[in-house]
Amino acid sequence: MEKKEHIISILVHNKPDVLARIAGILGGKGYNIESLCVNATTQYEISKIVMTTLGSQETVTRIENQLQRLVDVITVDDLTNVESIHRELILVRLNLTADKKEQIKKAVDTNKWKVIVSADAYIILEITGDQSQIDFALAHLAPLGIADITRTGIIALNLEN
Amino acid sequence: MKLKGTQILFKALEEEKVDIIFGYPGGAVLDIYDQLYKSDMKHILVRHEQGAVHAADGYARATGKVGVCLVTSGPGATNTVTGIATANMDSIPLVVFTGQVPTGLIGNDAFQECDITGITRPCTKHNFLVRSIDDLAPTIKEAFNIARSGRPGPVLVDLPKNVMVAETEYNPANIKIRNYEVAYKPAPKKMANVFEMLNSAKRPLIMTGGGVILGKASALLTQLARKYQIPVTGTLMGLGSFPGTDPLWLGMLGMHGTYYANMAISHCDLLLAVGVRFDDRVTGTIETFAANAKIVHIDIDPSSINKNVVVDLPIIGDTKATLSDLIKFLAEHNYAQNPAQRQEWLGQIAEWKEKVPLTYCQNGKEIKPQNVIETLYKLTKGDAIITTEVGQNQMWTAQFFPFDHPNTFISSGGLGTMGFGLPAAIGVKCAFPDKQVVDIAGDGSIQMNIQELATAAQYKINVKIVLLNNGYLGMVRQWQELFYEKRYSHTDMTYAPDFVKLAEAYGVVGLRATKPEEVETVLRQGLSLDRPVLMDFRVSREECVYPMVHPGDSISNMSLGSREMIN
Ligand SMILES: Cc1ncc(C[n+]2csc(CCOP(=O)(O)OP(=O)(O)O)c2C)c(N)n1
Ligand SMILES: [Mg+2]
Repeated sequence: MEKKEHIISILVHNKPDVLARIAGILGGKGYNIESLCVNATTQYEISKIVMTTLGSQETVTRIENQLQRLVDVITVDDLTNVESIHRELILVRLNLTADKKEQIKKAVDTNKWKVIVSADAYIILEITGDQSQIDFALAHLAPLGIADITRTGIIALNLEN
Repeated sequence: MKLKGTQILFKALEEEKVDIIFGYPGGAVLDIYDQLYKSDMKHILVRHEQGAVHAADGYARATGKVGVCLVTSGPGATNTVTGIATANMDSIPLVVFTGQVPTGLIGNDAFQECDITGITRPCTKHNFLVRSIDDLAPTIKEAFNIARSGRPGPVLVDLPKNVMVAETEYNPANIKIRNYEVAYKPAPKKMANVFEMLNSAKRPLIMTGGGVILGKASALLTQLARKYQIPVTGTLMGLGSFPGTDPLWLGMLGMHGTYYANMAISHCDLLLAVGVRFDDRVTGTIETFAANAKIVHIDIDPSSINKNVVVDLPIIGDTKATLSDLIKFLAEHNYAQNPAQRQEWLGQIAEWKEKVPLTYCQNGKEIKPQNVIETLYKLTKGDAIITTEVGQNQMWTAQFFPFDHPNTFISSGGLGTMGFGLPAAIGVKCAFPDKQVVDIAGDGSIQMNIQELATAAQYKINVKIVLLNNGYLGMVRQWQELFYEKRYSHTDMTYAPDFVKLAEAYGVVGLRATKPEEVETVLRQGLSLDRPVLMDFRVSREECVYPMVHPGDSISNMSLGSREMIN
């Protein structure tokens, strides 16, 4: 069956080991977590986990069922099949070396990248977007020499309930 | 009123109607054992923590109640892991209390510290580390609720030493916990679907599993099958969920299933699978399993549905509620089978039964293990609760002892844990002191928890052990015979203790039979004694379990062995 990326949104009770349980269920049964984001919701006792995994619809249904068995899991939703928006965020440090400095400044201007730290020797950019936008940005950042980078996992929200 | 953690523990156990604990003390649980000393709670001191868990498990399987264990931290806790995994695979409700080092020392590699919640996370339904005294009572209540609700399972509660001596208010009426009970009523539309499927089926078959026993749905399943004359086969865990002496019963299916059960699976055109999870030992190759049938799968756990076998009609629901709805729907809509068609199907099954019955070959010189089991059945008239170890002994029991009632066949199905039978029998006997409780054992398995003979002797827990002693790790040897050209690599167990003397050393009666004519006498004597008894039957050494579906084969393709059919 056709494998594709699935974005799964999970509401859980915010217990110390809930993430270990979820990772354990997936890892122990041989499913890979491609990306992961966790944080408390407006209620401190409830957290939202958004993760992506690669698999056929059948595999993902199986993962959802396994997750649903966990006592601390409240709901599991596959956002892939509903209308939803997706965002990732990257932080990038570019070193302002003599040979690249001008090129970097130009690229930042044309792409309207957000500079959040600007020092003599380097700048740090914050870029958000959906996956294709981030991939596009990365392709343009690469020739400028990325000194360091952090990329969040995908977060997602469905348009309607 | 303020109470100490240890006092709250026993009060909470009383609230849960716990009447027995299987346990083993140590440093981290000294305070709990001190409180136990002052309380009325019955406690059975086992000889190994694995034995405590299997005993609680046996108690739970026989009663349908939650089994309870208490052990110390570190090695006491790790010794429970096999028992917990065993219960988890078979969905048995347990609450296992482990001692833990004081919260301030957790993470410091303190003496006898181990991360038992981490270790048991994948093999419990859920587990807890109680970090503060105020969490203690609600956690215990939650633990019992989780263990017994939905698809049951083992829950571990880790109790740090300092939490258990701290004090807090205890007021059971005020404890609020989350509710895990999911709505397990299936949609009415599904009943109409089953009705239609039954209406167009010529060869329906019911497959019953452990979920029918756990869901207390045996009576309903039996009613359904008898009313509409639908033949029934079962998994190992389903034995007893439909009467084994009923003409509609086909025996167990799968790797060591009967010829006629496996043929029926392969030829049926509608399979009603209830409370099963289609284990690979049951299905053989998936592609050919029930290949001619539409499959209806009733199970409480959505994760069991379409896991191994893709089914035509999944019904997620409690087995009891679902069968009750189904029976009602069929009656209200006047479902009736076509008598001629049903007669033809039952006739076909009768033909298969006659062609290849379950049988074995007696030569008059050696004791046949199957004969020991048949004689045990004859003498007890089936009125016994049977536990088994794992291996050939387990399969022969499943084949040759018909179970008429649920909760009377007690065996480690999913994990296949050698050493389960004796401690489990002890747990069962504690629940039913007036019942004949027999562990049908192998010589390899019995040595894995043989120390529990001391427990049986000390408390006069009069379990009977029927040891099918073939001097081999018989089931492994059978595979070596069939698939490894008889290279018996490390399966010969002839170096073994004299089991009769060993039993006596423990204060248990030891009996032995070496000839076929001694079988009945020894069984009669052993069963009649008001003592724990170990009966050592020296059985035919290289007997194999047949029928056998070779691993990876389709279940209609059975090897029947070279035996002659006696009829
Ligand atoms: C704890 C454990 N270790 C190993 C096995 C693998 N195993 C399955 S059956 C078997 C042989 C059991 O021998 P015995 O108890 O003598 O029973 P028999 O098959 O001879 O009746 C073994 C080693 C197991 N199931 N459990
Ligand atoms: Mg043996």
